[in-house]
Amino acid sequence: MTAEFGLAALWLAAALAALQLAMAALGLLRGQAAPIAAVRPIAIVQGALAALAMAALIALFLASDMSVKLVVENSHSAKPWIYKFAGAWGNHEGSMLLWVTILGLAGGAVAILERRLPAATLIATLGAQAGIALGFYAFLLFASNPFARLSPAARDGLGLNPLLQDPGLAFHPPTLYIGYVGISVAFSFAVGALVTRDVGPAFAKAMRPWVLGAWIFLTLGITAGSYWAYYELGWGGWWFWDPVENASLMPWLAATALLHSVTVLATRDGLRAWTVMLAVVAFSMSMIGTFLVRSGILTSVHAFAVDPERGAFILALLVIYIGGALALFAARIGTVRAGTTFELVSREGGLVLNNLLLSVILGIVLIGTLYPLVAAGFGVQLSVGPPFFNKAAGPIALALVMAMAVGPLLRWRRDDAGALLDRLIWPIAATGFTGAALIVLAPPGLLPLFGLSLAAGLAVASVLPLIGRNPWRTPLFIWGMVVAHLGIAVSLAGMACDSAYTAETLVAARIAEPVRVGPYVVRLDGIKPVVGDNWSALEARLSARRGDDAAIVLRPQSRYFSDPVTTTSESAIATRWDGQLYTVLGQSDAQGRWQLRLWWKPFVTLIWLGGALIALGGALSLVGRWRRERRAAVREALA
Amino acid sequence: MRRWLLWVPLALFAALLAVVASGLFKPADRVVRSALVGQPLPDFALPPIAPGKPGLSTATFRQGRPRLLNIFASWCIPCAAEAPQLLRLKAMGVPVDAIAIRDTVPALTAFLRRNGDPYDRIGDDRQSAVQLALGSSGVPESFVIDGKGRIVLQHVGDIRADDVAGIAAAVRSAR
Repeated sequence: MTAEFGLAALWLAAALAALQLAMAALGLLRGQAAPIAAVRPIAIVQGALAALAMAALIALFLASDMSVKLVVENSHSAKPWIYKFAGAWGNHEGSMLLWVTILGLAGGAVAILERRLPAATLIATLGAQAGIALGFYAFLLFASNPFARLSPAARDGLGLNPLLQDPGLAFHPPTLYIGYVGISVAFSFAVGALVTRDVGPAFAKAMRPWVLGAWIFLTLGITAGSYWAYYELGWGGWWFWDPVENASLMPWLAATALLHSVTVLATRDGLRAWTVMLAVVAFSMSMIGTFLVRSGILTSVHAFAVDPERGAFILALLVIYIGGALALFAARIGTVRAGTTFELVSREGGLVLNNLLLSVILGIVLIGTLYPLVAAGFGVQLSVGPPFFNKAAGPIALALVMAMAVGPLLRWRRDDAGALLDRLIWPIAATGFTGAALIVLAPPGLLPLFGLSLAAGLAVASVLPLIGRNPWRTPLFIWGMVVAHLGIAVSLAGMACDSAYTAETLVAARIAEPVRVGPYVVRLDGIKPVVGDNWSALEARLSARRGDDAAIVLRPQSRYFSDPVTTTSESAIATRWDGQLYTVLGQSDAQGRWQLRLWWKPFVTLIWLGGALIALGGALSLVGRWRRERRAAVREALA
Repeated sequence: MRRWLLWVPLALFAALLAVVASGLFKPADRVVRSALVGQPLPDFALPPIAPGKPGLSTATFRQGRPRLLNIFASWCIPCAAEAPQLLRLKAMGVPVDAIAIRDTVPALTAFLRRNGDPYDRIGDDRQSAVQLALGSSGVPESFVIDGKGRIVLQHVGDIRADDVAGIAAAVRSAR
């Protein structure tokens, strides 16, 4: 019954999306009031129905309803409830349902909350949002029905991929998807503004909170995903340049660029065409990412289903939405009045530089991700990995860090290069001092050296906008910028430390044999079997000692799952203020030795701490802008 | 701004579409080929692992006679499946050598007793070092090496009955 209910909700939501699109088109073409008045309520109900369908799927997974094909294929009655719950989106159909649910909810949120956008643009925006949703509803209903029944019902399910059986699955995909799909609002805003030819500061101010909101979630989702991969996969790495990671990074890069260009448009009415372009690109990257992952044309650990038919379906949707938006852009943007111009040395100039560098990195990541596909077209087999991405994107990312240090210290409209240099004296000193100290004390490689020095410079530069201000009267969005930029510095320092100073040991250790890794001496105390809900494992007891400190006990496991049959290694990590000790248990050999893989990773936690700070900065900005606008609205009402 | 510039993003997107569409509708070749085909065999010298049988080094392949180099392991089930084909090749006069990957003496001895022994020499590659140097991505894999120690053919996966003629022909023409 629940399955039929969910399917009915999905069909109804699809029908309402079609109605929403038709009403918006009718209203805009004929200028009639009745269809226009209908668009908002339809958008809200459509979002609610999509959410109901998702809730129905979660209920089916929680109840372990083995008459539903998707539950049988991806769940098992013996699983802990949290994985039954999260297992609802740990598969192709469920994750696509989550995708459209967020799309529908985002449209509903725009219908409820958006009050600043001119009425015609808002209707066009909601029409565009419905248009996107309609295509993906069709994809679900015709090519990926999550509610398909199995007759006769199965006795039990096949289980969920053990790598996904981790609390991370409950948070990472929804957070990432809210960001990924939330950016669709910016896309729809851009299409709406192109339809009504109304691109200006009011449009930018209306779009900004939506971009910011999606960007915060995208940042959190990527950060959480990186940490999850780091501890779950047991390779000790935090970023693998896997096609799917790139698929989440590309929208983030575009959204970050958009976030900055939308500020230029809102404050100075510049960069009109560019901002609209970026809004289109950001969500296009989300859709291309979805396509790359769901079509199976690029192999990846994240690819659930390798299915060219589904790939062809999503490809058709890409042609309609991205192709349509870009064609609309080309046809219409020429008729949008050009924005104001500005001097090269100015806040606007800095933000343009930021946008250019972000776009170049985006281009590099896109080319690197697609290059194996292009090469395969010419009969060459290759894969593109960290050596390419780090070498190509690393230096540009460092240039971006420099621009980031300078940008907030620039004045709007026009600035003086000499005066700027005066303001930069402390950041430059910090960079030079850190660089010199590192070369003397512990020379790292070239890229980490620049990374650490520039991180120090950026950290100093990012707090400079607060100097000379009363911290209580400083607008919250300034705090947001400071915290976010500081987050980048913190994260960069973590990445550079990890790549320069990580110590790694791979040994076959006997019981009680001491092994040295970095400043630690690790001793294998013993191995014992342990049993969990749906797995059994061999667990090592390691005691790690640094100098005369008390020993830390770590318990890495080699886990055996029966449904489906798989072994995974569960790493054990000890976090200290200055880094992490990361331990993995491997196989035993004939002589009774156990394979141990140990890392000492100094300051690696800064990577994710920085990510959290970046998201916090976004949140502060969002609240700050909202408070300022509410105050302005109150003043207006009083006047 | 020039008007035609505005169409550049759409053109780029069309190019991207062409790439992914071609990737989507062409069946992907997931076989990992060695980049060493046509190149000389990398230098190696592996100790023996089977009792009474010598180890394997590059020198063996430079004696003017083409040979078949089989990469296998006793723990690998397709390797047992391809054993009869290797015996047939041996009977056709093709000299066969092997590299045993991550294996142990008792397991390998049992494997040879069970499945027959077509090998002249077997090298012991405990860490897959030579396997990786050869550009082989798994077991079983077989390489045809000409008399000067050059790799002329790579066969990925187990040798099936209908592969035998092709491999024998490759060995003959490598002379």
